[in-house]
Amino acid sequence: MPPGSGAGIAERTLGGRLADRVGDNVRRPDGGPKTRGEFAFSSDLWMDGMLWGKTLRSPHVAARIRSIDPRPALFVPGVRAVLTAADVPGRPTFGLEVPDQPVLASEVVRYHGEPIAAVAADHPEAARAGAEAVAVEYEPMVPLVDPEIAIGADPIHPDGNVFRHLVVRHGDVGATADVVVEGSYEIGMQDQAFLGPESGLAVPAEDGGVDLYVATQWLHVDRDQIAASLGLPPERVRLTLAGVGGAFGGREDVSLQIHLCMLALRTGRPVKMVYSRDESFFGHVHRHPAKMWYRHHATRDGDLVKVEARIVLDGGAYLSSSNAVISNAACFAAGPYRVPNALIDAYAVRTNNPPCGAMRGFGAVQVCYGHEAQMDKLAAALSMDPVELRLRNALERYDRLVTGQVLTGAAPVREVIRAAASHPLPPPPDPAGPMMALPGGAGATADPASIRRGIGFAVSMKNVAYSEGFDDYATARLRLEAGLEGEPVATVSVATAEVGQGFVTMAHQIVREELGVARVVLAPANTVDVGSAGSSSASRQTWMSGGALQLACAVLRQDLVSRAAELWECPGAACELVAQGVLCTETGERLSVSELLARGPLETVQEFHHRPTQALDSDGQGDAHVSFMFAAHRAVVDVDPELGLLRVVQVATGQDVGKAINPVQVTGQIEGGIAQGVGLAVMEEIVVTEGRVRNPSFTDYLLPTILDMPEVVATVVEEPEPGAPYGAKGVGEPPTISSGPAVLAAIRDATGLPITRAPVRPDDIALA
Amino acid sequence: MRPEVTPAEAGSVAQGAGEGVAETGAVAQGAGEGVVGAGLVQLPPYELDVNGSRRTVEDAWLGESLLYVLRERLGLPGSKNACEQGECGSCSVLLDGVVVCACLVLALDAVGSRVETVEGLSATAEVADIQAALVDAGGVQCGFCTPGFVVAVHDLLRRSPDAGDMEVREALSGNLCRCTGYGRILDAVRSVQSARQGVRRSSGAAG
Amino acid sequence: MRVARVALPGTVDEAVAALSETPGAQLLAGGTDFCVEVNFGLRRPPAVVALRRVRELRRWEVTPERVRVGAGTTYADMGTGELAAALPALAAAARTVGSPQIRNAGTLGGNVATASPAGDTLPLLVALDARVTLRGPTGERSVPVSEVVTGVKRTSIAPDEVVVSVELDRPPGPQQFLKVGTRNAMVIAIASAAVVVDLEARRVRVALGSVAPVPLRARAAEDQISDAVDWRAPGGPRASGAALAMFGELAADAASPITDHRASAAYRRRAVQVISRRALERCVSRAA
Repeated sequence: MPPGSGAGIAERTLGGRLADRVGDNVRRPDGGPKTRGEFAFSSDLWMDGMLWGKTLRSPHVAARIRSIDPRPALFVPGVRAVLTAADVPGRPTFGLEVPDQPVLASEVVRYHGEPIAAVAADHPEAARAGAEAVAVEYEPMVPLVDPEIAIGADPIHPDGNVFRHLVVRHGDVGATADVVVEGSYEIGMQDQAFLGPESGLAVPAEDGGVDLYVATQWLHVDRDQIAASLGLPPERVRLTLAGVGGAFGGREDVSLQIHLCMLALRTGRPVKMVYSRDESFFGHVHRHPAKMWYRHHATRDGDLVKVEARIVLDGGAYLSSSNAVISNAACFAAGPYRVPNALIDAYAVRTNNPPCGAMRGFGAVQVCYGHEAQMDKLAAALSMDPVELRLRNALERYDRLVTGQVLTGAAPVREVIRAAASHPLPPPPDPAGPMMALPGGAGATADPASIRRGIGFAVSMKNVAYSEGFDDYATARLRLEAGLEGEPVATVSVATAEVGQGFVTMAHQIVREELGVARVVLAPANTVDVGSAGSSSASRQTWMSGGALQLACAVLRQDLVSRAAELWECPGAACELVAQGVLCTETGERLSVSELLARGPLETVQEFHHRPTQALDSDGQGDAHVSFMFAAHRAVVDVDPELGLLRVVQVATGQDVGKAINPVQVTGQIEGGIAQGVGLAVMEEIVVTEGRVRNPSFTDYLLPTILDMPEVVATVVEEPEPGAPYGAKGVGEPPTISSGPAVLAAIRDATGLPITRAPVRPDDIALA
Repeated sequence: MRPEVTPAEAGSVAQGAGEGVAETGAVAQGAGEGVVGAGLVQLPPYELDVNGSRRTVEDAWLGESLLYVLRERLGLPGSKNACEQGECGSCSVLLDGVVVCACLVLALDAVGSRVETVEGLSATAEVADIQAALVDAGGVQCGFCTPGFVVAVHDLLRRSPDAGDMEVREALSGNLCRCTGYGRILDAVRSVQSARQGVRRSSGAAG
Repeated sequence: MRVARVALPGTVDEAVAALSETPGAQLLAGGTDFCVEVNFGLRRPPAVVALRRVRELRRWEVTPERVRVGAGTTYADMGTGELAAALPALAAAARTVGSPQIRNAGTLGGNVATASPAGDTLPLLVALDARVTLRGPTGERSVPVSEVVTGVKRTSIAPDEVVVSVELDRPPGPQQFLKVGTRNAMVIAIASAAVVVDLEARRVRVALGSVAPVPLRARAAEDQISDAVDWRAPGGPRASGAALAMFGELAADAASPITDHRASAAYRRRAVQVISRRALERCVSRAA
């Protein structure tokens, strides 16, 4: 048995104790297949007789469509179907919150790359040629690309240009104090840039429905949107999760799902679609670009008195999850600090820019650049150590947020700050060391004598799970039965999207922890066998799907006890679950789980809901969130000021996780999240000019390579969260939030420049 | 015995023909006289030497990359398609023993060359310790970049078993990972290096 | 039905013959530019002549005076060993190209024939007045690289010609190549500079990349610094800080960069100023 395979794990025990329980370092069951190339990602699917799908997209940013003639495409040999808006059988629009986006545009296009037609052909190249042959007559319009102007401009969509305007008024909005600092900040458009491009395989079914194998973050919400647009009842649209090559928020919205299903139903053949990398840049939503203005008021002692902010997020052409993103931006605009008075004016706006929606950190990332730059400004104005200032104002349990919500959960803000600050600093840059380790890297541009080192600090907070009254739940089906040799086997069915985060491992750990059953089978995630798990986003699946599974385990544990009690005709209270079986404390009788299961399987389906939250009121007040995570980052950056090039040397962090269910995986999330945070700080940006995407490729949208990635030193702070399964908060998002702002702070420290924009560009330093 | 159903198997459900993919190729289906679209120019059948076997490629188009042919015609989807322009390393294969991006090799230009993919390397077990180390160290998350890393790490350690940190980083700088931040991957490489050094020392073959 | 013509020649002559005989045939070398265009639907070749099997293209000869590098020599070949020792700035340039995988496939001939303004080997080739040997049906010709690369992705190579080799002088003295990109590896040049010091001729040469449609020489900078250097200084050539600074400024003056999504024209100008000066500072010492 090769190491890392599922069975290898199932059979391992440590010193007689069942291994791989909650809190252990557990190897992924899908790790072995992934290293061998055997794991089937959505782009690996293949079926006899399948066709290839391709989307025709608008070359214009904004245009009226005068006419669409699909006929020329049908003359391209190999083309089997060309579908336009006229072919959408059901609801002509889709959308995560509100269906405001056409499945295929027919009258007007509102962004560069909006889908116009879908083509199926025998070969991907024939599909591409077919898409190119569709004759579309456009009447280009002047695009609306400035979100500030869009607020008051003529609407470019029947739903208007302002998605949501949210004002948070807290305390005395007229308050002021002796020390006032002000600043404006700007954040570019980041892409999730998951490595596995959007892809899937749709197979027409005999019942007139369709089976879709697809990489997504949320099977059930995809299904509902697909079914509505296909005009089918949801049960005739069956989704199965195919291997997901990363997500980071970019797979929350529907991309190719409806197009694929339409093509499969029209042609009666399986249809596969795989976005190329450039199409992927057009095919999913991005992180909102932001423009922010801040004014902080504090006493001479350094106590925050008031935070004012105006935040404008550019949501692009369609809503996606903008309403929730702006809510987070407003809620966390002041950062993890005690702020008695606040006035926060937040807009999410529609423009003709690419649509924006969910990405790791979800609204908390943009504002963190703002509030953390302000904290440094304030520290400078007060001649105070920036870490000291943060410690002084750090939130504590039972403090109130600017939304009026009282922090009832764990809030180890000071602990994460101290942890990040206390890691040893890296050695100074080595002038005699390899050029590759200096700013400029392989280009060998560095002049070692002119390198300047800076250190920056940043702290952040973010909610876990969904907010503002959304009924957030996850479902788990758990079946216990005897295996071929009578051994107990637990089968877990959840629709939880494994996107790389490691729920596959956690499911095993929870069942082992709760039931002591060694053999755990995780069934394929689909919409047929089990209800919704919600999305794999918002750092929520540990809590939500973990909670549902824990609940299901508790029910079956009770069922085992009841079954034993029934057999012994003994009152249930006297029976309890012990290692691998049930014990009657009165008689001392024992029955193993196997013996109990010999009488038939046990099964339960459980839904886990987190406690209700409230929508924010007209003053932006309310208990909008269920729980909060905190993190602090300290970045050390070497800068070549003359060229504006840099190298992030080290990021130290303290992160509040509640409980590390699988520590090695938590480390992976922290390091990976920091990579994305550092990426936004120093290189990642979709460059959009007049609505046009200029760099839809990995040649020009730069992701950090292994030579760009700093050393990460992390301290995990485990203070159990009341009400959370195992006390665990999420871990995925916090590393991405304050790591970037810490890098910018370090660049400011090294250069003395204000640096108000992320990503920082060489120009911003060298030409300042 | 494989008690757990991993998502790999879930996905494989749709893989249908599985191993027999090569001969039937998607293009052949009902295309009549062959697929000749605007830019589609059909090739006569040709043979590739893949993982030590001679494989015939039929009905292919001139513009198909080695990556496409491996994945869609020869039933070898282990090499991944992520950027189509040599900027991510997910499709790394060995061509005559040299690591290259399969997306930037025109398939027909691989005629007469030895092609080794992650599937072939896995079958020979010479990369088993690299694969195990990646899983143990937590170097695998979504896993899309992983096969490319396995090939690139194998290539590096074969050429330079004791490569230092900078050499390792430079050798792997063409392989992007979006999930891990590379920390666990570097850990895995270091653990393979030290285990292999131990083996070399104990077998007296060191240096 | 159109059936593709594909030629896999083993010699340059076979390649030239195949190219002439096959209408519309396109030459394929390392594939690192060609295949990207095919994958993105921007190039749909009706026929291909693939050069990977032409062994003679992958040979090089090093003499004390010059180097002749076969067009099929990969960046990886240039980055190490004999070639790297002979032409350290070419090795430095080759090591900045793409990824290790790209460097294993991409070739010097391909870099010349693709004629990208950001072609990483081109500044050094231009600085050394390299000559490119082209072979067509009527024979060979040797053309200065600056006459081969005529514009953005434009060359004077005839459709029936194959790039055979590049000949470069080995002037005695240090040489440097520096490249600016916003990532520490695997990045397209925002600006680059090759500086070659010829101790015998007492000349400094500098060529710039990514700051004009073609790689260009900064002649005014060369004249200024060649006069300003104290060539007889004990311990090697030496120049004043002012002269070095002036060199960078004159180099930047030669540039005619554009603003695009990678960088602004102003930054590119600044970048070549800095890296030209730094490259030279590594070759000559600064007078006190």
